Amino acid sequence: MRWLSRSYLALVYLLLYVPILVLVVFSFNDSRTGYNWGGFSLRWYESLFSNHAMVQAMWNSLWLALTAATVSTIIGALTALALHRYRFRGKKVLNGMLFVVMMSPEIVLAISLLGLFMLVGLKLGYVSLLLAHVTFCLPFVVITVMARLSGFDERLPEAARDLGASEFTVTRTVLIPVIMPALMAGWLLGFTLSMDDVVVSTFVSGPGYEILPLRIYSMVRVGLKPEVNALGSLLLVFSLVMLMLSQWILSRSKQ
Amino acid sequence: MTKALLTLSGISKQFDGKTILNELSLTIGDGEFITLLGPSGCGKTTLLRMMAGFEHPDRGSVTLSGTDITQTPPERRPLNTVFQNYALFPHMSVFDNVAYGLKMEKRPKTEIRERVEEALAMVQLEDFSGRKPHQLSGGQQQRVAIARAVVKRPKMLLLDEPLSALDYKLRRTMQVELKRLQRELGITFVFVTHDQEEALSMSDRIVVLKDGYIQQLGTPREVYERPANVFTARFIGQTNFFPGRVTRVDGKRISVDVLGLNRELNTPSFRVSVNQLLHVLLRPEDIRVLAPEDTEGVPGKIIERNYKGSTLDSVIELEDGREVMASEFFDEDDPAFDYSLGERVRVSWVDGWEWLLAEESDEPLTDEEELAADVAEH
Repeated sequence: MRWLSRSYLALVYLLLYVPILVLVVFSFNDSRTGYNWGGFSLRWYESLFSNHAMVQAMWNSLWLALTAATVSTIIGALTALALHRYRFRGKKVLNGMLFVVMMSPEIVLAISLLGLFMLVGLKLGYVSLLLAHVTFCLPFVVITVMARLSGFDERLPEAARDLGASEFTVTRTVLIPVIMPALMAGWLLGFTLSMDDVVVSTFVSGPGYEILPLRIYSMVRVGLKPEVNALGSLLLVFSLVMLMLSQWILSRSKQ
Repeated sequence: MTKALLTLSGISKQFDGKTILNELSLTIGDGEFITLLGPSGCGKTTLLRMMAGFEHPDRGSVTLSGTDITQTPPERRPLNTVFQNYALFPHMSVFDNVAYGLKMEKRPKTEIRERVEEALAMVQLEDFSGRKPHQLSGGQQQRVAIARAVVKRPKMLLLDEPLSALDYKLRRTMQVELKRLQRELGITFVFVTHDQEEALSMSDRIVVLKDGYIQQLGTPREVYERPANVFTARFIGQTNFFPGRVTRVDGKRISVDVLGLNRELNTPSFRVSVNQLLHVLLRPEDIRVLAPEDTEGVPGKIIERNYKGSTLDSVIELEDGREVMASEFFDEDDPAFDYSLGERVRVSWVDGWEWLLAEESDEPLTDEEELAADVAEH
């Protein structure tokens, strides 16, 4: 029985990680035709970095994810605070609408955003991408921050004021530090969502601003080039670093 | 009473149309330990929050050392609060928690370090300054909260049921320590509690509150021995209520028919007339339990007995079905005395140990109040 459960476990992990492993191994393959081993080489990484359009797309994607995550974290945190702290008309509706954005199929969001941008005459490019990405990142940030706020002791700001802190100082020294892990988590979530979004981006990006997921998608459409493996490996390393960073932040702020 | 420190005059407050405080006036003296005591919902916490500045009265004013502070926000009042669940900042060390108030005053670093260390030494937590609140026990967190509040040397310390989250033994220790701190610091303590025992043992004066009204204001002895009304008598300690009827009024003495006995009692401070109905109040420890062959007192039988260590508490059922609580100390002549259930006894008391109250119009107490009084006793 013991070997059975062991091998079952091994099988599960094999299925999970073999594709990734194959991708990494083949990114170092010298052979042009993808499925036979032609010796170790870094040529695909070289060709990747000498591909100007590709590098540009990578920077574009990074910049877009960075700004989209930051903007949605700021708006999301303020929304969560308002939803948590105040009672106002339409609070339930607002809360429900966040879930609608989160649950609705991406394609619906994509089409409606495109329609909206056309209507107001917004030129498709960085701005339209940013607006779209902030839209779909926002509910995730709000929900993450709200979860943290629900465990927030309302006496803490009172204690701070009692000790002589103004409302602004309370926010700076008590509220923000306490919800910081949620802000970080929300930001990272937004960053990741923005980084690998294809569907919405396909609709709202313009010819002047190409981003990585779309670039990869168009590369793969004409046939699987080994550069894609190299790119995938780089993205994998990048996500692992991000994951470790978030874990490190969380463990440091854990109470 | 010494010089007035804080004066509340004509304070009224409503929440959602419900009256919490009603035309309440109270003067707190400099350096005293005053307790706000009452069942939950009596307005005691609202009153404390009003002193701290978290609530503002609808009507009336709050004056501190002659200055009107009714609308002053909490950060600009020279008072500090110890919160019920301590409200320590979870992301700061013990040191930073205590230093917070001084940092807000922009004190120099060396002074902050000195004063924080002094405050921590006062609550015996010198060695814990690097810990985070979640690494401390409940009692230690409590001490940090106290240190954090007194480090600013406030004119007044407001304590909102600070001991309610601690277990019985720790609570007793902290009671003693709070008293010691108050003596050492010489600052005024305003203490909120629903625990009457705590109130009696710690306070210089007790404010008994119910439904936003002050029921009685007095020293623990006054409140316990001379309750102003039925509520206070029931809420603080246990009391036997006997119905009495005045049969004769004669200057300083009156005759009262109580449980069929005709007793000569001192005239109470309120007006009495013949045939008036009275409450004759007797604390369990004032009841004398006599042998059945005694000629004095009212006959009854023991229906409950509880050994309490230093006392023997019993319940005696009289012939009319009325139950009387008695609490007797063990006598050195007879350390083994005890009752058996059903044992016949007679119940009496020494004249002058009773306390008289006039019948009130709003009697009897509602179930809710009974419950509140019960909860407060335990």
